[in-house]
Parts: sequence; structure tokens; C-alpha cells
Amino acid sequence: MSLALLSAAPADRTPLFVVCGYMVMLLGLGVMTQRKFRGTSADYFAAGRSVGGFLLLMSVFGTTMTAFALVGSTGKAFDQGIGVYGLMASSSGLVHSLVFFLVGIRLWAVGKRNGYVTQIQYFRDRFQSSLLGWLLFPILVGLVIPYLLIGLLGSGIVVKGMTRGMFPEMFEGGAVPPWLSGLVVSAVVLFYIFYGGIRGAVWANTFQTLVFMVMGIVAFFLISNKLGGVGAATQKALEHAPDHLSRTGMIGKAQFLSYGLVPLSVGMFPHLFQHWLTAKSAKSFRLSVAWHPVFIAIVWVPCILMGLWAAGLAASDPAFNPPSSNGVLPYMVAKLVQSPLISGMLMAGILAAIMSSLDSQFVCLGTMFTHDVVLHRVGKDRFDDRQRVLIARGFIVAIVTITYLLTFFPPPHIFDLAVWCFSGFASLFPLVFASLYWRRVTRAGALASVIAMAISWFWLFYKGLIARPDGAEGDYLVGGMMPVAVIFAISTVALVLVSLVTAPPDERHLARFFRSGEAA
Amino acid sequence: MVVVLAVLHQDVWNWNSKALVLGFIPVGLAYHALYSVAAALMWMAALRWAWPSGVEAWANETGEDGEVSQ
Repeated sequence: MSLALLSAAPADRTPLFVVCGYMVMLLGLGVMTQRKFRGTSADYFAAGRSVGGFLLLMSVFGTTMTAFALVGSTGKAFDQGIGVYGLMASSSGLVHSLVFFLVGIRLWAVGKRNGYVTQIQYFRDRFQSSLLGWLLFPILVGLVIPYLLIGLLGSGIVVKGMTRGMFPEMFEGGAVPPWLSGLVVSAVVLFYIFYGGIRGAVWANTFQTLVFMVMGIVAFFLISNKLGGVGAATQKALEHAPDHLSRTGMIGKAQFLSYGLVPLSVGMFPHLFQHWLTAKSAKSFRLSVAWHPVFIAIVWVPCILMGLWAAGLAASDPAFNPPSSNGVLPYMVAKLVQSPLISGMLMAGILAAIMSSLDSQFVCLGTMFTHDVVLHRVGKDRFDDRQRVLIARGFIVAIVTITYLLTFFPPPHIFDLAVWCFSGFASLFPLVFASLYWRRVTRAGALASVIAMAISWFWLFYKGLIARPDGAEGDYLVGGMMPVAVIFAISTVALVLVSLVTAPPDERHLARFFRSGEAA
Repeated sequence: MVVVLAVLHQDVWNWNSKALVLGFIPVGLAYHALYSVAAALMWMAALRWAWPSGVEAWANETGEDGEVSQ
């Protein structure tokens, strides 16, 4: 955080004590989860398929909302104005629920019927292709790892910014360094998922989702109060940063339209697939389908307004100078609210949003390595139930350790990678949708779709991120549209064309995936 | 209904407007906040009238709950 923040908030250690208390609560939750654990692989990988509607709603929402939900949305509105909500949030409300309804329920049913715990198990079985699994595995893992790195690096930046000056004799700038905060975050997440597996993630996500939702609202009311009320705060933005109140000059119409494809990514998130499989019944999905759009609004609308107000303040008061877009929310809390307790609670809220995604991703990667690599390669009968859990725990420890070590060597443009990862997942959506609703889709069509997606993604990724001139501003667009539109179209065309020119799949095999009498 | 909502998402008529609703929320944001509520109501209606009946029984047919297959 900047010197301006330092002058507003003395180096009081209260915020850090609040975060430490929060971490202790999470460890306690891990102990409680351990007591509920039945010791079976079914419990470790799918929570015994016993999760009800409320826990599914909270855990899925917490998993899909990253740190971006609080700090990123505020920062993006600070940069691009209120159009960010329509671009990223309201479209997600519609599309996420659509995916839960059309894909989630159906995958839950197919997964329960056939005993899957990973996406790749499903695709290998559905298309009778081990090769498809080997092809998907590095793609899915490769798209999740940057997401993990962003979480850990983001937590380091937030903690460093909010603890500056607290330990002048111990650390440079007196701030808790990212290596230490990353280590603590990794260790706490590892603790509750190591013992509880996906059940640990579900419980912790529920708790953490409540924390970050409440903290967003608390920050909103405290900040608006300090600014003289919501009307006065917005009026200031209207006077000094009027362009932030509309989309003109901020977001293109084709970009706005094509961004609607990005939320389809949830249909191919491997960690979300695993959460869906934890559902006790199809009815458990009802709350997620209905309330997800409202939950998004509850978190995002206050953050967008705070970002707008910050733009107004920055344009009217030279002393209001946030260190970066992502630092706007913590800066506002420190500068305007000036309460170390609230700053600590906000820091806990931001970490909650980060950790509620990290945990599911760690468990998911451990599960994938166990089932899609080891058990697939050597045969599931080589290991008993207890050994499978042990293997998964070993992989989870290894993945957490490797991810933590990777934070010391972050790839360039790491924070620009998020939308590329989402675009990759979204462009695989035609595959999962066709596998559930189109009997005619073939193994060759599936392979062609994945290969076409990978090639087009790398091609645009190279042009849009690696080869892009330094200093280029704004999102990389193709004909005014997000790259996802092009990759999605190529992947869909490959899937359909190759399926139509290859022999249809065996009807007896399809009977395992479609209810009798279903068309398509 | 999903298609209608998808079309309504492209609110080009609010694109340039800086008008405030209730004195504090820009119309482009207010519209999309209400849109989120409309999406929730639409999904509640879908759950009531377009629920995939029989999916539960179909999922339970083989009774393989929890068994991991490769």
C-alpha cells in the first residue's frame, strides 16, 4: 500500500491479528471436518454425495468467485466504470445458472450413475477414448495452475499492502512479505483439505463465502457513510468522472456481446465438476440455479459503486491516490474508514474469497492426478480404498508445494492470464454440452474439438499476450470481439463437422448416458 | 425465456446514459442489477415448470453411489 495509506492508518497490528484469528477459525473448521470424515475415498473425493442445497449453493458460489469478486471488481470499475457489471456480472448470473441447470444436474446424474469423480473419467468413458483423457489432462491442469498462482500471488500482494509498516525491524518496508503470507495461506488451506478432502472444501467455502459477502456489504455502508451518503458519493463521480457512469468509450458493443461466452467456462471447470458430484440429489441444485444471479448482484453491485466513487474521488482530490486498481478497495477502507478492525476484517474477507477458490482447485488437481493418471495407468484394483485416499493426499501436498514454489518465479503477465484461462475453459464448453445432449457426437469429433481449441487458443494467446507490444492498453480484441468468440467458434465447428463425417457411436454404449426415449 | 433475457442483456439504449436512478445508481448499473433479479426469477420459474423430471430416479438406477470407476 502507498505512503498515503500509511499516513491514514498507523502501523497498528490489529488487522493482522484479525486475519490470524480468522485463520485459526479455519483450522478449527478443518478439525471439525476431520471428525466427520468417514475414511472412504467416496467421502474424500465426493463427500459421500451427501451435500444439500444450501452448502452446494455457498460452496459453488465461493468457488466461482475469486479475489476478483471484491478487489478486482472495484478496481475494474475504477478503471472502466459501471459497464463492468453488465460485462462480467449480470451475464454470469444468467449463464452460470444456465450451465448449472443444463449441464450440472445432468453431469451429477451421469456421474452418480456411473461412479465418476473426475471430468476426465466421464469423457474417457463417454467417448471410449483413453487418448481423449491424456489430451484433456494437460489442458485442464494447465488452465487451472495460472488460476492457482493468481490466488496465491494475489493474497501476497493484499497482505503486503495492508501490513506495511507493522514490522519495520523484521521485514523490508515493515510489511509481511508475500513468501510468508503465501506460506500461511497454503498451509491453512492444505490443513483443512488434507483431512477432509472435498468435504473440507465445501464447509470452508460456505464459511468463507459468508465472510466475503458480509465484508463487501459492510465496506460499502461504511464508505458511503463517510462520503456523505450514496447520493453524494455518486454525485461527486458524476461531476468529476462522468465517463465512468456510462459505457461510452470504455467498452465496445461487440466486446460486451462476446464477453457473454466467457461465463460458459464454469461448465468445464474441473473443480466445479467435483463440487457438483457432491450433491445429495438433483434437488440440491435448485438453490444454486435460482439464487446464484442474486448472490452475484449482492457482491458485485456495492463493489462497482465503490469503484465508481473512487474514480470520482481520484479525479477531484489529488491526495486520493490508490496504489493500483486492485488496491482501490483496501485503500478506501484504510483512508476513509480508518478502523484497523474493519481493515483486518476486510483483509480476511479478501483472503476468504481467494481461499474459497484455492481449496477446491487443490483438491481437484489431487483427485485428477490420483484417478486420471495413477489409477487409470496401473488399474484401480491395485489399491484399496484407504490407499487411494493416501495417494490423493500425497498429490495434494505435492501440488500445494509446487504451486507455492512457482510463486517465486511467476510467469510474465500472470494477472492477465485469468481471462485467457476462462476463455480456454469456455471454448471446451461445446464438448461437454454435446456429450450430454447430442447422441451423434463422436470420439473423433471430441478429439478434433479439443485439438482445434488448443491450437486456436495458443495462436491467439501468443498474439494477444506474448507478442503484444509493451504498453498496449485494454483487452486484446479480434474484430472488436473477445478472443473467446473465435476459439469457441472454431472448437464448435470442428466438433460438429468431424462428428458428422465419422461413424456414429454405438447405441448400446449411449444407453448409459441418455435416458430411454430421449431424442437428439 | 433464456433467449429473451440474453437479448435484453444487450441494452444498447443505456449505453450513453448517465442518468441516475433513485438519485445514486447510474441507469446502466441499475438496469443490470434488476436484470440479475429477473434472471433469478426466470430460473425459479424454470425450476417449477421445466424441471428434468425423472433425473433423480435415473441417477439412482445402478446404485453405484460412491464407487469410483475408471
